[in-house]
Amino acid sequence: MVLSMGPQHPATHGTLRLVVRLDGERVVAADPVIGYMHRGYEKLTEFRTYPQITTLVNRIDWLSSFANEVPFVHGAERLMEIEAPPRAEYIRTTLTELARIATFLLFLGEMGLQVGAITPPFYGFRDREYVLNLIEGATGGRFHPNFNRIGGLKEDLPWGWVAECRQAMQKVLDSCDEFEDLVVGNPIFEQRTRSIGIIPGSVGASYGVSGSNLRASGVDWDLRRDGEPYLSYRDLDWKVWTHPDGDSFARYWVRLQETRESARMVLQLVDGLPSGPVMAKVPRIVKVPPGEIWVNTENPLGEMGYYLVSKGATGPFRVKIRSASFGNTSILPWLLRGCYVPDIITILASLYFILGDIDR
Amino acid sequence: MMTLALDLGWGSTLAIKTLVIMLLIPLGALIFGWVFLFKMMAHMQSRLGPMDSGGFHGWFQLIGDGIKFMQKEDIFPEKADRRVMALAPFVVLLSTFLVFLVIPAGPRIVVEPLDTGVFYALAVSSLSVIGVLMAGWASANKYALMSALRAAGQLIAYEVPLVLAVVGVVIQAGTMNLQGIVVAQQEGAIFGWDGIGHPFVLTQIVGFALFMIAAQAELTQPPFDMPVAESELVGGYMVEYSGFRFLLFFLGEFGTAFAFSALAATLFLGGWALPGVHGGTADALGPVVVLVKVMLVAFLMFWARFTYPRMREDQLQSLAWKWLIPLALVNILVTGALKVAF
Repeated sequence: MVLSMGPQHPATHGTLRLVVRLDGERVVAADPVIGYMHRGYEKLTEFRTYPQITTLVNRIDWLSSFANEVPFVHGAERLMEIEAPPRAEYIRTTLTELARIATFLLFLGEMGLQVGAITPPFYGFRDREYVLNLIEGATGGRFHPNFNRIGGLKEDLPWGWVAECRQAMQKVLDSCDEFEDLVVGNPIFEQRTRSIGIIPGSVGASYGVSGSNLRASGVDWDLRRDGEPYLSYRDLDWKVWTHPDGDSFARYWVRLQETRESARMVLQLVDGLPSGPVMAKVPRIVKVPPGEIWVNTENPLGEMGYYLVSKGATGPFRVKIRSASFGNTSILPWLLRGCYVPDIITILASLYFILGDIDR
Repeated sequence: MMTLALDLGWGSTLAIKTLVIMLLIPLGALIFGWVFLFKMMAHMQSRLGPMDSGGFHGWFQLIGDGIKFMQKEDIFPEKADRRVMALAPFVVLLSTFLVFLVIPAGPRIVVEPLDTGVFYALAVSSLSVIGVLMAGWASANKYALMSALRAAGQLIAYEVPLVLAVVGVVIQAGTMNLQGIVVAQQEGAIFGWDGIGHPFVLTQIVGFALFMIAAQAELTQPPFDMPVAESELVGGYMVEYSGFRFLLFFLGEFGTAFAFSALAATLFLGGWALPGVHGGTADALGPVVVLVKVMLVAFLMFWARFTYPRMREDQLQSLAWKWLIPLALVNILVTGALKVAF
């Protein structure tokens, strides 16, 4: 039996279509069909100026918009050989980590929903709201901050934001404990996720899986620590979490630990926030000198990168976007073969992709 | 056993009985839907639920939803088997209606005091699977078909522990008549102490637990809602239904939850029985007492429903055959041995 899951299937959170060939309830072959949400961002960037493009890249992975802006702005800054002031870099790091927490809190709840528990997603949404309020307080936008400027940030943090941030991080840490009790500690959840969808580290790497999905397969690789130095991660005391199993449970567990780690990082960041301006001296009309550059960062969903080609104009000549979800979902045909229909949903949820991030 | 001791012809008696049963399901479903689905679930998920319609905590919301469903178009897919698909929700609802025939609400308030009450109730409650199979097959939808097959497999697996769990109660009461079981709990004694009668939940705690788990599976509620599984089968056998017929499935879902809670309250919590209340007072208080006990049981059911994730089909089968059924058999053995010994 051929079952067409999607593009309007609730488990594909968006418009992914899976053509699944079934033998009873067992999957013989699965074929992801993508492109239902293609918006042509790579081409659009060629017709926009640099400051305009941050608005576009915001919408690639719409759950962690701020993190999408960072690598692009870094690329332009490196080509122009300017550096954002340390205070701007600290605030950028804080907001990136807040975006990571918001994305993962949604995942922690959503995964519960996909395996059938109705209550966790509401807790996830509730706690994500604290973080979104913080992002809105600093940038004015809940989802699409568009706060980065080439050479710094639009403006400084508002008065009282830091105190509020400390309180919210405490709530996030509490909420992680709650998820640990409610979901991770649930025997049925464990039954549904343990040894389901095992990705061996080497296979994952060969398919281009990155981020938490790869770390859950025991690969100790995090661009924040191992990549080219960016933002202020070098100043922080933190740990990269891995799990040896590589199954759906491991992916959930790793993201839960990373949410905690990010909350601790934010607490360190706001404690050590340097003073000074948030904007470097940049000409009114941004022109990037000719050159090419590849910038990649550790986004919530995995490795995100931009290959920027400039010919010296106000806009880029060509931008290639490497998005995390595309790599993460490309393993699906290999991974889904031989599992049961209910496991498809568990695996899809645990890989955690955003459709905008696949199709761009 | 006497029923309502009014001197009426069989025609009027039948009319009254039919009316009572026909009113009971929608009312029960409404109360359940409102109290548990809207309010309890909302509080467990730290939100409010519908609050505006009707003034007090949105009590009118469900009725409004019902009116909305009735206004919707009755859609059939092109390749569907129209007659079977149209009939299926009624079969599901019918099995729920029939259960209420034998549930007593007072010493003299019972529609039909059958001597094979337990057997009858469990038999008609499993009729609903035929409706589910009809719906799943006739919808001409792959999701609905998979869901119907899952439902059939699940109901067969869980019918066995459900029946076996009740056998312990039947052994203790010495009758299969539900009214007789309630009286046995009212007038019984726990190893010679008769202070509160003998609610079987105290001595049949294993049976009660098994009954609740199996009932949860019969209702296809989480953690056993594989046939409905909205995150993978998008609602399963209900996926092609709309409007009034969908409403019937909804009524059936909560009506059946009401029926199973009432059965559990009768079998294990003593139904209308209150310690020291007899005769006319028991008749007057009976329906209220039953309702309170039903709500207690339903709270347990829905608590689990809103908390647990869903089990996979093979996992729930192995739970039934490897754990529940052997445990139920051991329970029967121990109950029988103790019954003979004391």
